[in-house]
Amino acid sequence: MIIPHPLLGPCDAQEFTYLGDASLIARPDGMAEGAADAFHDYLYLRDNPAGLHRELWYHEQGDRSWLVVTRNTLTHEIVKAELARDVARAEGRGR
Amino acid sequence: MQAAMLGTGNQEHPMRYSGFRILKEALTGHKGWQPVWRRPDPKPSYDIVIVGGGGHGLATAHYLASNFGQTRVAVIEKGWIGGGNVGRNTTIIRSNYLLEGNEPFYEFSLKLWEGLEQDLNYNAMVSQRGILNLIHTDAQRDAYIRRGNAMILHGADAQYLSTDQIRREYPFLNFNDARFPIKGGLAQRRGGTVRHDAVAWGYARAADARGVDIIQNCEVTGFRIENGICLGVETSRGFIGAGKVGVAVAGSSSRVMAQAGLRLPIESHVLQAFVSEGLKPVMPGVITFGAGHFYCSQSDKGGLVFGGDIDGYNSYAQRGNLPVVEDVAEGAMALIPGLGRVRLLRMWGGVMDMSMDGSPIIDRTPIEGLYFNGGWCYGGFKATPASGWCFAHLLSTDTPHPTATAYRLDRFRKGLMIDEKGMGAQPNLH
Ligand SMILES: Cc1cc2nc3c(=O)[nH]c(=O)nc-3n(C[C@H](O)[C@H](O)[C@H](O)COP(=O)(O)OP(=O)(O)OC[C@H]3O[C@@H](n4cnc5c(N)ncnc54)[C@H](O)[C@@H]3O)c2cc1C
Repeated sequence: MIIPHPLLGPCDAQEFTYLGDASLIARPDGMAEGAADAFHDYLYLRDNPAGLHRELWYHEQGDRSWLVVTRNTLTHEIVKAELARDVARAEGRGR
Repeated sequence: MQAAMLGTGNQEHPMRYSGFRILKEALTGHKGWQPVWRRPDPKPSYDIVIVGGGGHGLATAHYLASNFGQTRVAVIEKGWIGGGNVGRNTTIIRSNYLLEGNEPFYEFSLKLWEGLEQDLNYNAMVSQRGILNLIHTDAQRDAYIRRGNAMILHGADAQYLSTDQIRREYPFLNFNDARFPIKGGLAQRRGGTVRHDAVAWGYARAADARGVDIIQNCEVTGFRIENGICLGVETSRGFIGAGKVGVAVAGSSSRVMAQAGLRLPIESHVLQAFVSEGLKPVMPGVITFGAGHFYCSQSDKGGLVFGGDIDGYNSYAQRGNLPVVEDVAEGAMALIPGLGRVRLLRMWGGVMDMSMDGSPIIDRTPIEGLYFNGGWCYGGFKATPASGWCFAHLLSTDTPHPTATAYRLDRFRKGLMIDEKGMGAQPNLH
């Protein structure tokens, strides 16, 4: 698989390590009401869709950035790659 | 394909297979063989409906009928039975686990394999040719000896082999590799291989003979749930009512359970397997490389059957990518340099239900009447008999089988993970 890195252009997926569903960006607030349940769901439960999946890849052998890659799990086709930093900021995280 | 074609006739009692029968058929032009199971239309309702005609679903149906007297049972399969992972795996059976929650279950399974062919009257080619996990460092030796002791404590067999002992059985291994010298091995002599399709067919035939309806080419598309109670399944052939529904769909677990509104502690990943051209007998048992991802055995047809690690990203594609092919080839060459000239005949992938702690789930769900069996990762073939038995036990008695009490769906919430590798909630590392 070739990941279209937003800064570096096409990169072999072998340069990356895979973490999983990009919803892992949305870490719950540990101080909030119901945090134990929220963390259980966050840590252990997955949508695991057949089709488009937004997922976190780390460019370990490259520029060490985290990417959010949108990929089709039925075909392995990669539709989009964004810097995870930008995605997180757009979600109001990582000020 | 063959399985689907075989499933036609409508006989009452299937013939018994025996040496005498083969001789008789050989002398009478093989005209007496009959289809191995019926091809019934779905009835309006059953006591128990099993979703998924893989090894686990069919084994569950067999034990429901044979051990628990349940005969109003159907297995609903979207394709043909045996077309999923039960027909795609590398056929290794073993019970070399470390943890309390796992080892008794897998040892129960190995014992069931040992009596399977008599139980089913079907030649599943159960071959206890042994499995050998190679050791390459002193720390690994400590870990494997600890594992061996845990196995022995649970009544399984385990044996530590020195380099000299291994040399006698596997002289062709690369003992003195500069980076990964072989320092010993943990052997389980009762481990081995089984003809995977024959497991699906044998269970199907035995279940069918006891009246279980095996309904192929019928996809479950939803569950009818009213007031928190599951009343049956919606299928491509209409609604089928059920007292209880047991889901055993392996790689499709998340997709199917999502139809009941449940999210699972599971990711689907692809695992690849490889078969070489046929060779004369070279590989007496199953070997696993302890310093990389490579394991190998030889089929009775002569092909080397081998594989390595999962590709490591979510996938439903039933095929993998080249980096893992290269990784497996490197592992093969590091361990068995003599394999370099062997040609690859075919390779394929299967979709696995990788759970968050690497261990399976056999449990009730929050929806009454809906039961779940899944999370088998890359090791569910060896579990087939015990999984079927324990799932049948749960479906019939509403209590878990003693060897499967740890396989709870809520164990992640309670901190009761069964994490053999100590990797945490990261499915691609298990
Ligand atoms: C390459 C590879 C190598 C492996 N090697 C080993 C090994 O050496 N040893 C070992 O122990 N394990 C191994 N495994 C794992 C093992 O094959 C699986 O864990 C096990 O087969 C899963 O259980 P099953 O047989 O019931 O699954 P499957 O055969 O996949 O059965 C599930 C069935 O559910 C059906 N289904 C799905 N959705 C629906 C629906 N909506 N309606 C109706 N039916 C549906 C599917 O069509 C399928 O037939 C390997 C797996 C792979 C892919």
